[in-house]
Amino acid sequence: MNNNELLELGFDAAAPLQLNRRKFLQITGSGLVLLFTVGETTPLLAEPQGGNLPTDFNAFLKIGEDGRVACYTGKIEMGQGVNTSLGQMLAEELDISIDNVDMVMGNTDLCPWDRGTWGSQTTRQFGPALRQAGAEARMVLLEMAADRLNVPVNALAVKDGVVYVQSNKQNNVSYAELTKGKRIERRVTGTAKVKSPSEFNIIGKSFKRRDGMEKVTGKAQYTGDLHFPDMLYAAILRPPAHGAQLTSVDVTEARNVEGAEIVQDGDFIAVLHKYPDVAQSALSKIKATFGPSPYTTDDKTIFDHLLKSAGEPRVIASDGNLQAGEENSATVFEHTYFDGYKAHSPMEPHAAVVKIEGDKATVWASTQSPFGTKEQVARELGFPSENVTVIAPYLGGGFGGKGGNPQALEAVRLAKLTGKTVQVAWTRADEFFMDSFRPAAVVKIRSGLAKNGGMSFWDFNVYFAGTRGSEHFYTIPHHSIRFYSAPRGTNAHPFATGAWRAPANNTNTFARESQIDIMATRAGADAYEFRMRNLRDEKMKRVLKAAAEKFGWKPAKSPSGRGYGIACGEDAGTVVATMVEVAVDKASGEVKVKRVVCAQDMGLVINPEGATIQMEGCITMGLGYALREDIHFENGEIHDLNFDTYEIPRFSWLPEIETVILNNPNEAPQGGGEPAIVTMGGAIANAIYDAVGARIFQMPMIPERVKAAMPKG
Amino acid sequence: MTETLQFTLNDIDVRVTVDSDRMLLWVLRTDLGLTGTKYGCGEGYCGSCTVLVENQAVRSCQTPVKEIEGKNVVTIEGLLKDGKPHPVQKTFMEHDAFQCGYCTPGMIINACSLLHENPRPSKQQIVDGMENNLCRCGAHKRILEAVQSASKELVGGR
Ligand code: FES
Ligand code: FES
Repeated sequence: MNNNELLELGFDAAAPLQLNRRKFLQITGSGLVLLFTVGETTPLLAEPQGGNLPTDFNAFLKIGEDGRVACYTGKIEMGQGVNTSLGQMLAEELDISIDNVDMVMGNTDLCPWDRGTWGSQTTRQFGPALRQAGAEARMVLLEMAADRLNVPVNALAVKDGVVYVQSNKQNNVSYAELTKGKRIERRVTGTAKVKSPSEFNIIGKSFKRRDGMEKVTGKAQYTGDLHFPDMLYAAILRPPAHGAQLTSVDVTEARNVEGAEIVQDGDFIAVLHKYPDVAQSALSKIKATFGPSPYTTDDKTIFDHLLKSAGEPRVIASDGNLQAGEENSATVFEHTYFDGYKAHSPMEPHAAVVKIEGDKATVWASTQSPFGTKEQVARELGFPSENVTVIAPYLGGGFGGKGGNPQALEAVRLAKLTGKTVQVAWTRADEFFMDSFRPAAVVKIRSGLAKNGGMSFWDFNVYFAGTRGSEHFYTIPHHSIRFYSAPRGTNAHPFATGAWRAPANNTNTFARESQIDIMATRAGADAYEFRMRNLRDEKMKRVLKAAAEKFGWKPAKSPSGRGYGIACGEDAGTVVATMVEVAVDKASGEVKVKRVVCAQDMGLVINPEGATIQMEGCITMGLGYALREDIHFENGEIHDLNFDTYEIPRFSWLPEIETVILNNPNEAPQGGGEPAIVTMGGAIANAIYDAVGARIFQMPMIPERVKAAMPKG
Repeated sequence: MTETLQFTLNDIDVRVTVDSDRMLLWVLRTDLGLTGTKYGCGEGYCGSCTVLVENQAVRSCQTPVKEIEGKNVVTIEGLLKDGKPHPVQKTFMEHDAFQCGYCTPGMIINACSLLHENPRPSKQQIVDGMENNLCRCGAHKRILEAVQSASKELVGGR
């Protein structure tokens, strides 16, 4: 997520840390406390905030008198399993059992400032800093133990939180004993050495999710599960279409519902009740009329509209001379690719609970950015931000859709107006209507095959998707990559758009990998061999080869009738190659993905099982955007408001899934929650072509489109 | 209409005085404080709200509470017996069959009902039986495996 996107979401990236000294001492108590900084501090954050507030760190860990290690971070757990992988890193560096690690996450009162949880940044950015802090804590503890046991540090070793003299295991002292009754505060200096991969006992081993018991027993609490005695549930009136203005409203009948409280604040109208279902049924009794929406596009005309709305392009990359490249070409290819809007539709709709007491507010919210929410809420209430506490309980999925926090602001507004604790839990229809969709997009590519069979030029123009994944990794002497969006201050979309799992990359990879396949076919080459010949990146070649071996790829000219497809991609530092096998029903155009093999190189893998689960999740979710997911709309009205028409992947869609993670422990860990989704669209498109010779230029690849693209006769 | 209804909930006899047209989902979550049963769509499409009524999976968002008068209801909270997880809960943990965990209670309850009806389902029968329970995180592969393992465990296959 880039800064522009952050601004769009209303974040104050420079929000200061509001953990005051008193609070900090209260939380940390006695024990050994290590303060550390993760790469993403802002200059403002690093400036002392006056007084003696600790402001130049944004995470800390504590080894308590009970021997337990707690790490406090503003990151959140939304299913990606970081609770487990971060715990593993800390356990590794400190030589303790993972069971003795507590991750305290997503509470703005306990945890230092954090920008938010997205972009596969947690393991990449936070991981190394956390390991460093763990290593340094271990060093301090070893020095203390050396003192206590009267031996030099190098005579000591640690197992399960007990420091012992190597020559005499009976001569030992535990971390708990060392920290008992002391208060030691250290800043991480970067001097301790983190373990090398050959020393790992915990990193690189598979661990089960630590939140398992809570989640299978229904005890895990999500925001909507919170309840307070004076709490009211809100049901909020929505217009039928985006941009439609309220023209008249009659709330009489709703007011007659026993216990219903009506809030009317300009256009913002809500019913509150101690039961959420009663609030909803009362809401349906409100008679409201709305004017027309100012938007005139629909899901068919939107692409033309976007192309017309585009401003001047931003050059993302360019090299050589396109014209020279074109002159050198034996064949020139020119194609346009389309992708419709997609909903995030996490199973848990957005929810927030707001409690205002005097000049303090506490907010529980399903948010990927507790600290962003805190600033938004403080601004809305006109409170100093230290008076606002935001807590993110478990999130029922995020996928990029829970970065802005409109539901929290709605709850704040209602809590302020009623003086009650208020829960706003969106209905599924609210969720679809209010979602910030993955943007519809167009990609125009011109490219050429050189007379010698290589690629001569590449002119890639992406409209509105975004830039992530727009670059390529092939050997092409002349290329240009440009990104077009709406001119500053204008919005071409009829509703909010935003980051959706691996933002932009799904669209860009679909277009790029389809175009590569088209060129390979024209060159008379096998899709795998063509890529291996033209890939510039050695890592990508290794990954593609690993996928081919697992898949059992046999070279053939496409369309071979077998329904095999390939796509390569790069996301969040991770390199990925996917091969799929599909079956296409020629009569209906229906596509069934039978098998998916996905290989990826993500550097050091902390929890192989956790990483595998993320890959499987990406592959399964990727079937949705590739084959079915599409928001239908007309003049600002969203036609898909539930899962009856918005089709997400189901059990019967499930292909055989095989994953390969390349062993590369000497490189820094890279993102794992998103990469494997980016290749799904491209691989399936190429497989459909291989199956029946139908080239699909638009996602989702619904039966009608496949059928229409089928070669005639 | 406000009525006093009686039913068995997780082995306990309960009596609630409610508007009996309200949906069981909300009575469970708010009146009775059992929040393990989730709202996902409110219209019967997702299965997040699945509970057992007389051992059969039922979508509580579509079940007026009056329909369960005198019946035996089990929610995700009721599967834990003496602190011990039910075999389906156990195999879900063993297979890491969830990510965010929001769909999980509904998945587990639905699987219990499926296995109650057909203790030895084929893979295809599990797919068919779970088809209308949605998971956005894409945990399907592991959920299938967990249900297969649970079936083995329940019929004493290991
Ligand atoms: S909430 Fe009942 S089926 Fe979705
Ligand atoms: S685990 Fe998140 S919806 Fe299924």
